[in-house]
Amino acid sequence: MDASVIPPRTDIRGDLRRIADMVSTGARVLDVGCGDGALLDLLTREKGVDGRGMELGMDGVRACVSRGLSVIQGDADTDLKDYPSDAFDYVILSQTLQATRDPRGVLLQMLRIGRRVIVSFPNFGYWRVRLALLLTGRMPVTDRLGFQWWETPNIHFCTIADFTALCAELGGVTVERSAILDHDGRQLTSDATTWRANWSGEQGIFLLRRD
Amino acid sequence: MITPPAYTDSSGTDNTGTSPLVLPGKRMVLGADRPMPLDGGGQLGPFTVAYQTYGTLNADKSNAILVCHALTGDQYVADRHPITGKPGWWEMLVGPGKPVDTDRFFVICSNVIGGCMGSTGPHDVNPATGQPYAIDFPVITIGDMVRAQTLLIDALGIDQLFCVIGGSMGGMQVLQWAVAHPERVFAAVPIATAARHSAQNIAFHEVGRQAIMADPDWRDGAYQRADTNPARGLAVARMAAHITYLSEAALHRKFGRNLQSRQAITFGFDADFQVESYLRYQGASFVDRFDANSYLYITRAMDYFDLAAEHGGQLAQAFRVNGRGTPVRFCLASFSSDWLFPTSESRAVVHALNAVAANVSFVEIETDKGHDAFLLDEPEFHQVMRGFINGCADHRGLKRRV
Repeated sequence: MDASVIPPRTDIRGDLRRIADMVSTGARVLDVGCGDGALLDLLTREKGVDGRGMELGMDGVRACVSRGLSVIQGDADTDLKDYPSDAFDYVILSQTLQATRDPRGVLLQMLRIGRRVIVSFPNFGYWRVRLALLLTGRMPVTDRLGFQWWETPNIHFCTIADFTALCAELGGVTVERSAILDHDGRQLTSDATTWRANWSGEQGIFLLRRD
Repeated sequence: MITPPAYTDSSGTDNTGTSPLVLPGKRMVLGADRPMPLDGGGQLGPFTVAYQTYGTLNADKSNAILVCHALTGDQYVADRHPITGKPGWWEMLVGPGKPVDTDRFFVICSNVIGGCMGSTGPHDVNPATGQPYAIDFPVITIGDMVRAQTLLIDALGIDQLFCVIGGSMGGMQVLQWAVAHPERVFAAVPIATAARHSAQNIAFHEVGRQAIMADPDWRDGAYQRADTNPARGLAVARMAAHITYLSEAALHRKFGRNLQSRQAITFGFDADFQVESYLRYQGASFVDRFDANSYLYITRAMDYFDLAAEHGGQLAQAFRVNGRGTPVRFCLASFSSDWLFPTSESRAVVHALNAVAANVSFVEIETDKGHDAFLLDEPEFHQVMRGFINGCADHRGLKRRV
């Protein structure tokens, strides 16, 4: 394969790699919305975590279990309440927050189940998104947000500024680390509080700690 | 590398001396030194467990997989059936290179007590009377079946099973194993099953039992002494049960309203429809291989199964070990068109396991084949089983080959 012809999909890997960097070795991890298990697989192989997954789509669940990962079919909005408090060291929600019916409730459940929570999401404040809406007057459709408004599973978009405001409002939650990534998954800044982060970051990753 | 103790009695002679069947395979007499206590209050012993094994037990005896059979199953999981001549009932899943790989694992499958394929059951002679037990056989439970299996596993010198796997009633045994002996089970795979038998399922079983008991040849259970056989009642029981193993979609796909070897309906009560003919065949062939009283006993055992009942009605409590979540790794599987053990039943077990943060996987397989799907060619199901078992084997540190 000629790497110059097919652009490497570094965005996805970059995203997962940065999340993996935030997880300590041997930790107990719950990955909510784990998809086909790419992150769980990475964490299991490289960090030796005791990993579990929850995924809404059965195709993803079957793919995960077939590769030896412990994954159940479940819905972040309804099924997190079954888990006991402090069951995990990390609860991860990767690119799924915006698809939940009750993002605030899901965050609170995650903070109850795990001492630390890692959330990554597409930034609706990204300049391309802002410009698309401003210039075309149509709901933005980008690489990362590749759905028309009437078919999108993403029903609760937020910006990086919105998310940090929610964390502050929740109380008892500290943002331990954050990473603002560009289109290719490269880290632009670790400071999520700036205007620039919210303008130029295509996605944000946050490591939260329950105080 | 060692082979298990040679308790083989390949002549298949029933030690109670009355069974007309000469069954190939292994036997073990258990509870001889001390009778086995039963949940119903009585005890059983000495008694025989008939079983088959496949593959080789490794040196540290860490690669044993116990396969638990369903209501009308038996120990011939991967052998040609000695009566019907059909392939083993789970040859799709168990064998060399299969998901339960007998090149890698030592597979054990035993006939449940109360059964009629060599393990002690109601057709055997009661040593106290010299006559077949019939309905004087003690009522047994899923817990009793598992207790008998633990004695077998003890006798084979195995401390911990790498995996216990089974569907339907076999899945109940898997759950019972994991709850009663969490330290003796590394991984548990309950398939198309439930933590308790539902009212609807008890109702279907009662129809079957009443069909048997309404047959004049049942003779209050003492048909062996009377030299009769309640075959019609047992066949009806099987016909009714068989419907519950399928789905409306599968019946429609297979038979629709097609007529059986005729061009038009006959305005009579012959088997006009193919589905009738099929059910009659299912009933008629079943009586050749199954004992009517065994059917009563085993259906009863399923009815009585309620895993949460012993734990204050809280299923999650059943999975708590020393105040923590069970160490057993679980994989549950259900089938979308199974209305006998619907997905909701598996999900209830998953919720209980989540409540103790246990290690659990759960998949629902899309199929129109109903409850029977767990026995059929479902590649996606087999792929999931292979992935889970191999993943667990890696965690357990088992070698790829024995």
